[in-house]
Amino acid sequence: MKFATPAGENPIDRLSVVGRPVPRIDGPRKVTGTARYAYERHDAVSNPAYGWIVGASIGRGRVVSIDTAAAQAAPGVLAVLSTLDFAPLAPGFRTTVHLFGGAQVQHYGQAIALVVADTFEEASAAAHLLTVEYEVAPGRYDLAAEAATAEPVADRDAPDYPVVDRIGDFEAAFAAAPVTVDQHYTTPDQTHAMMEPHATTAAWRDGKVTIWTSAQIVAWHRPDLAKWLGVTEGDVRLEAPFIGGGFGAKLIAQCDAPLAALGARAVGRPVKVTLQRPLVINNTTRRAGTHQHIRLGATRDGRLTAIGHVSLNGNLPGAFAEAAIAPTRLFYAAPNRYLTMKLAALDLAEGNDMRAPGEAPGLMALEIAMDELAEKLGMDPVALRIVNDTQVDPREPDRPFSERHFVECLRTGAERFGWDRRNPTPGAQSDGKWLIGMGMAGGFRLNLLLPSAARVRLEVDGGLTVETDMTDIGTGSYTILAQTAAEMMGVPLAAVTVRLGDSAYPVSAGSGGQFGANNATSGLYAACVKLREAVAARLGIDAADAEFRDGRVLSGDRSVALAEAVREGPLVAEDGITYGDLDEQFVQATFAAQFAEVAVDGFTGEMRVRRMLAVIDSGRVINPTTARSQVIGGMTMGVGAALMETLAVDVRHGTFITNDLGFYEVPVHGDIPHQEVVFLDYPDNKSSPMKAKGIGEIGLCGVAAAIANAVYNATGVRVRDYPITLDKHLAGLPRVA
Amino acid sequence: MTPFTYERATSPEAAIRAVAGTPGAKFIAGGTNLLDLMKFQIERPTHLVDVRGLPLATIEDTPDGGLRIGALVTNTALAAHPRVKRDYGVVSRAIVAGATGQLRNKASVGGNLLQRNRCPYFYNVHTPCNKRVPGSGCSAIGGASRSLAVVGTSEACIAQNPGDMAVALMVLDAAVETMNAAGNTRSIPLAEFFRLPGETPEIEFALEPGELITAVTLPPPPAGTHHYHKVRDRASYAFAIVSVAAVLDEDGTGRVAFGSVAPRPWRVAEAEAALPEGPAAVVASAFDGAKPTHENAFKIPLAERTLALVIAEGKG
Ligand SMILES: Cc1cc2nc3c(=O)[nH]c(=O)nc-3n(C[C@H](O)[C@H](O)[C@H](O)COP(=O)(O)OP(=O)(O)OC[C@H]3O[C@@H](n4cnc5c(N)ncnc54)[C@H](O)[C@@H]3O)c2cc1C
Ligand code: SF4
Repeated sequence: MKFATPAGENPIDRLSVVGRPVPRIDGPRKVTGTARYAYERHDAVSNPAYGWIVGASIGRGRVVSIDTAAAQAAPGVLAVLSTLDFAPLAPGFRTTVHLFGGAQVQHYGQAIALVVADTFEEASAAAHLLTVEYEVAPGRYDLAAEAATAEPVADRDAPDYPVVDRIGDFEAAFAAAPVTVDQHYTTPDQTHAMMEPHATTAAWRDGKVTIWTSAQIVAWHRPDLAKWLGVTEGDVRLEAPFIGGGFGAKLIAQCDAPLAALGARAVGRPVKVTLQRPLVINNTTRRAGTHQHIRLGATRDGRLTAIGHVSLNGNLPGAFAEAAIAPTRLFYAAPNRYLTMKLAALDLAEGNDMRAPGEAPGLMALEIAMDELAEKLGMDPVALRIVNDTQVDPREPDRPFSERHFVECLRTGAERFGWDRRNPTPGAQSDGKWLIGMGMAGGFRLNLLLPSAARVRLEVDGGLTVETDMTDIGTGSYTILAQTAAEMMGVPLAAVTVRLGDSAYPVSAGSGGQFGANNATSGLYAACVKLREAVAARLGIDAADAEFRDGRVLSGDRSVALAEAVREGPLVAEDGITYGDLDEQFVQATFAAQFAEVAVDGFTGEMRVRRMLAVIDSGRVINPTTARSQVIGGMTMGVGAALMETLAVDVRHGTFITNDLGFYEVPVHGDIPHQEVVFLDYPDNKSSPMKAKGIGEIGLCGVAAAIANAVYNATGVRVRDYPITLDKHLAGLPRVA
Repeated sequence: MTPFTYERATSPEAAIRAVAGTPGAKFIAGGTNLLDLMKFQIERPTHLVDVRGLPLATIEDTPDGGLRIGALVTNTALAAHPRVKRDYGVVSRAIVAGATGQLRNKASVGGNLLQRNRCPYFYNVHTPCNKRVPGSGCSAIGGASRSLAVVGTSEACIAQNPGDMAVALMVLDAAVETMNAAGNTRSIPLAEFFRLPGETPEIEFALEPGELITAVTLPPPPAGTHHYHKVRDRASYAFAIVSVAAVLDEDGTGRVAFGSVAPRPWRVAEAEAALPEGPAAVVASAFDGAKPTHENAFKIPLAERTLALVIAEGKG
């Protein structure tokens, strides 16, 4: 089904199952431990051997030799795969790293050996017996030191924008503006910190391999794996039915998958491999830190006349830039604009996608700058954003937003949060020893349209089976797909079985970029439309005016049980959604207004978030329960980004030294207060037949800045260098005793 | 992990014999620190002697009105003990400020005192670290040192003692009772139990090989209000950046020790004497000669502000 014109009324609009707060249907399996993850597939393979990956302990250079003799002779060891015995695996989709093979070390932690043994402990013990000789090359590990070498660079995911994106005359407008902000902001390198590390079990049979892995997008993994293993795609079966979080870390294959398969081939036995957390951090991908320079010029009544946003970051040669300027392109009106990204070469684990790539770090800076501008104007930060709302793409004024209710997010949020109780004078509000502040920020994230397919089968018992390679990374995909099928076919939710994450199923959009829910349900919608036609044909009914409700098919004065259609055998339909140019005609995006109240210990500078509110405009909400979980998860991640998360680089060794979850702190329950989420729930008929949009990332967007602004409101000390840890404002706090 | 053998000790004497007589042997109690270090191959014992079966898990009143706490009492049990809560509140508060409920259920008093530092380079076996590999150098100097010590350090090592309970025990003048391979027992004042790094940062405790901690003793409780304030980057489940343990008298005198600022819980007699003059005087004295890095210099003003908070709390 090609979706090329705005959706009219359709069966989803009944909202008898879709739109309801259905608890996740995979929940019981998860809490009873019967949902098996990639490293636990003892049901599928017997007697697996264990692989342990050894990462390079230099930042850049070459492996000269690896003495494997001692490891090979260690108890239980079945094989040692040395990188020197393999040709480099060519970089896969969306990466410049070769995951294994060859002598070159591109970054610290790059896999250089796999030890396979009977037990996990034997593999890990033997791994420490390898003697590796390196030739160390000077590496570039310090973004500040490399800044001068940075070059302007295009946006990988939006290549049509000019590298230096100028509209009007930024310099002149900024110079002429009566009120300006001109500041630098930094965001740190971050790790995804999903609960389940990368993990794979692989087993060969008759030259074909089955790979159970933790993949967000099955179809982004399979071609690379086939290439690396020297087999056809058809010879690779990939299964990823359950995934313990990803946040972008598992969009593309990491070394666990090819190494498990290569190891299994070498030992003639299934092999399972997982990455220990220090390898997750130094071997896989990170969200790249940024240095951002923002200049805002405004009239005295708060209208932006000039926006300048220059973002610098560093990555492996040939890798992409974190698109921190992405939200600035479309968020606020301003006739004169200057936006560009610069990229320096850094020999650190590759910067790549992490939840709301571009928007999350970009808004961390932009939305502090807006707060600073509001203060300079003596204007309320909510009002400033309302004044600068745009209903069209500022580059192409003929291109409107499909739906944009950001102003309503702001107004609703301000009202619900009690924003009028905020004291605009920073450092002026206290509660005992606590300094109290309120802050807010806007959130913006594009809505992406990707093709997605599904198969749906009406069984003879009246049940429906949905199959798609879509994944559920803890988000609720199982549930919303079941809701979609139930709505389309007029059956109860319990009649629907959903099977996911198998390369044998039709190719979906997968989970990433907050594009999973809308596209995957739309692909299923398309398949269900086909199934309805097949049912109607069997029943001799005109599909166009048939209604599917309560297990029956209604047409005119006819009412036939759905089961009638499958008396002679099940009916199967397969289709997918593809898109026309509605995302070119219209800007499709999601919006948030984020509010936070923070208390800062006046003595120690410690910060505690007291209240949070997000008002979200992201199209139709398919399931308020799972959608809310996505948003509060994003808000929690935003607390981490604001207050604690940072990968500290040791610039001498080229390694992220805070390389486990003890050193890399993420929020714990005690850090997270009550989180309120409000959905405006405006269906967007230009996004898809579901009229939904992304929800998985918008919840994070703007959160860190809202907290930063609240901390400033509490203390009067402006910190522009994330995370805002207490040492950064301690000296500026009011003196005590 | 490297392979090791394991036995359950049946008596303190047998346990000590087994450790003292086997090169590379170690005691294991809760295992919450030792096992992590073994997984990283930072500790590589050849033989583990599990002491959990020994009768060292009781808390008894001493004739002088103090308390004797068996080395195997869990952190949870110690924090919840009625007399500890009533008379030695600083201990309960310090313990519950540390780790998590699950870890405290497992962790023992003896093991807690012997927990090792949390320097990130100590944990990364590929970076030089004098504590892990004597003579290899100290990566933390000139590296990531925000969490590390500012005072009592040496050119060889700037790691902090990260523990909470020990800071509280320090203000209470606790002592560590031990038994050695010859069957002799001794009582080591806590102030002498932790060694400063000097040129031998790998030697952290005043224990002989195979010496078993049997108990920790507390003298009768000092008068005053008990305080423990732990400053950290998140609300719980994090090591201290700075902590303050104090027992404060109404007249402004009292006792105070600082945690996570030095290679051992940091209590300085002259500094304590300055308590009536206020936190600035105490901290100036306690941190005299401090050598912070550019990343952790904030710990000194933070220590002062945290002490100010504790004093303000003391005044109610
Ligand atoms: C994730 C995590 C977070 C933590 N957070 C904190 C925190 O916030 N604050 C804090 O203070 N601590 C914290 N800890 C440390 C924790 O308190 C210690 O791991 C625990 O107290 C150690 O006790 P154990 O009995 O498990 O010791 P073990 O791990 O069993 O032993 C530790 C050492 O003591 C030796 N040993 C044990 N018993 C004896 C004995 N009787 N005589 C002689 N030697 C002995 C062992 O040989 C070993 O060398 C944390 C630990 C973890 C893993
Ligand atoms: S501070 Fe101590 S523990 Fe840390 S690297 Fe230096 S010697 Fe090792």
